[in-house]
Amino acid sequence: MISVEGVHKSFGRQIVLDGVSLQVQPHEILAVVGPSGVGKSVLLKLIMGILQPDRGCITIKGESICEACSEGRRNKIRACCGVLFQSAALFDSLTVFDNIAFPLREEKHLPRDEVNQRVLDMLEALSLKKYAFRYPEQLSMGIRKRVGMARALVREPEIFLFDEPNTGLDPMDGQEVYELINDCRKKWKFAGLVISHEIPEVFQVSDRVAMLWNGKVVEEGPPAQLIKSTNPIVQQFLKGKTDGPIRIQ
Amino acid sequence: MMSISPVVAVEKIGAPVLGFTERWGASVIFLYHAICAIFRPPFRFYLFLVQMLQIGTHSTLVVALIGLFTGAVMAVQGEYTLSKFGATAFTGSAVALSLIRELGPVLTALMVVGRAGSAITAEIGIMRITEQIDALRSMAVDPIKYLMAPRILAGIVAMPLLCCIFIVVGIFGGYVVGVGLLGLSAGTFVSQMVTAVDTFDVVSGVVKAVVFGFIFGWVSCYKGFTCGYGAMGVNRATTGSVVTSSVAVLVVDYFLTSILTRVFLQ
Repeated sequence: MISVEGVHKSFGRQIVLDGVSLQVQPHEILAVVGPSGVGKSVLLKLIMGILQPDRGCITIKGESICEACSEGRRNKIRACCGVLFQSAALFDSLTVFDNIAFPLREEKHLPRDEVNQRVLDMLEALSLKKYAFRYPEQLSMGIRKRVGMARALVREPEIFLFDEPNTGLDPMDGQEVYELINDCRKKWKFAGLVISHEIPEVFQVSDRVAMLWNGKVVEEGPPAQLIKSTNPIVQQFLKGKTDGPIRIQ
Repeated sequence: MMSISPVVAVEKIGAPVLGFTERWGASVIFLYHAICAIFRPPFRFYLFLVQMLQIGTHSTLVVALIGLFTGAVMAVQGEYTLSKFGATAFTGSAVALSLIRELGPVLTALMVVGRAGSAITAEIGIMRITEQIDALRSMAVDPIKYLMAPRILAGIVAMPLLCCIFIVVGIFGGYVVGVGLLGLSAGTFVSQMVTAVDTFDVVSGVVKAVVFGFIFGWVSCYKGFTCGYGAMGVNRATTGSVVTSSVAVLVVDYFLTSILTRVFLQ
């Protein structure tokens, strides 16, 4: 579903990604983990076509988003993707209902009755009915993330990208988001890519895990394999130690 | 004494020149995309109406207030200056011509830039730093078409309308002060004004307002769209938007006046 081949990305003299290659297969969820500032969110923006790689190729369902010459072409490639942003990125001038209805009105241009029905179904499915006419500023971060998921799911994406899904949440809300991801995955059967540094919580939603460090993938495999890895970088990150090859900068 | 190698010297001069050229190029490319977006379907007329409300309707009161007092001041100053030449009868023409040709478009633009331009930059800037613009892209909605095009178009349409309100209210203010307080003849005030103002004056005022509306929309949207991160980023973008728009309005005003005068009077 997603193929990242030898992607390089620098900002000025700072090399962020240095030949990253990853694959996400249909119905599979890949977690990309690593310390803060290693370029996980940059990778997500490259996949979405918001940033352009310096070198390398990213394809979504076989179509290269890097070679798309116009915003319209990129939009067509992105149409199969849903994204849950770190801050949920809800439109603060719209109610929860209108936020969820937004892609149906503005992207798919569906008739009003169908939009209303699909939004009501989504509110019901994600237990958001009582928040329907509240604005994002009136919601807790946990509920905002839930609304963010509803807004992405209403487009029925084949691929779901999660950027730090439990950032800013307490442990209970964080766990709830992971359970929600698992429930939604069973129901909507999407492939996914989760960007996170929450170890080991992210393992419960991922089939495979790739760890990024110094712009490269240092370890990739099922969660169990990562836990057993003898790589000192992986072990230091998993155990949260301050001494080791990873230096806090 | 420190010596600087020629390469370092060229780098020091070249870096800001390249930076300036890059920023200009980026803003022109942004404008090109925004103009294309205005003419490309789907047309979201309601977004244009919302922006007309924000930029136009919500600025009406302040523009009218400034217009009223500008006209009043022009009447006082005009009567004082013209009395030195025994020509107070021309106060009405002086007030009307200065408002229609110059003060109306320029002061309206400066007021709208200060009120609505800063708001547009801050709004788009905050949308950028809170990933709302990325969210639009993720839903295959072009942010330039959805956010920028309606604002630029509303700026182009609202500015001349606000300018007309400014001029009409300004002339009324001048009339009230000139005739009511300074004792000028009402008939002379109006008749001299009607005689002095011709179509060119009105057209040049409206053309200026349209161009200023375009500059206002372009700069406000571009500054918001390229806003830096954090509160400081929004602060810089908003300040930059108001300063750049205001300076651009005054600079373009000089060139427009020169060009329009040459074109129409030849």
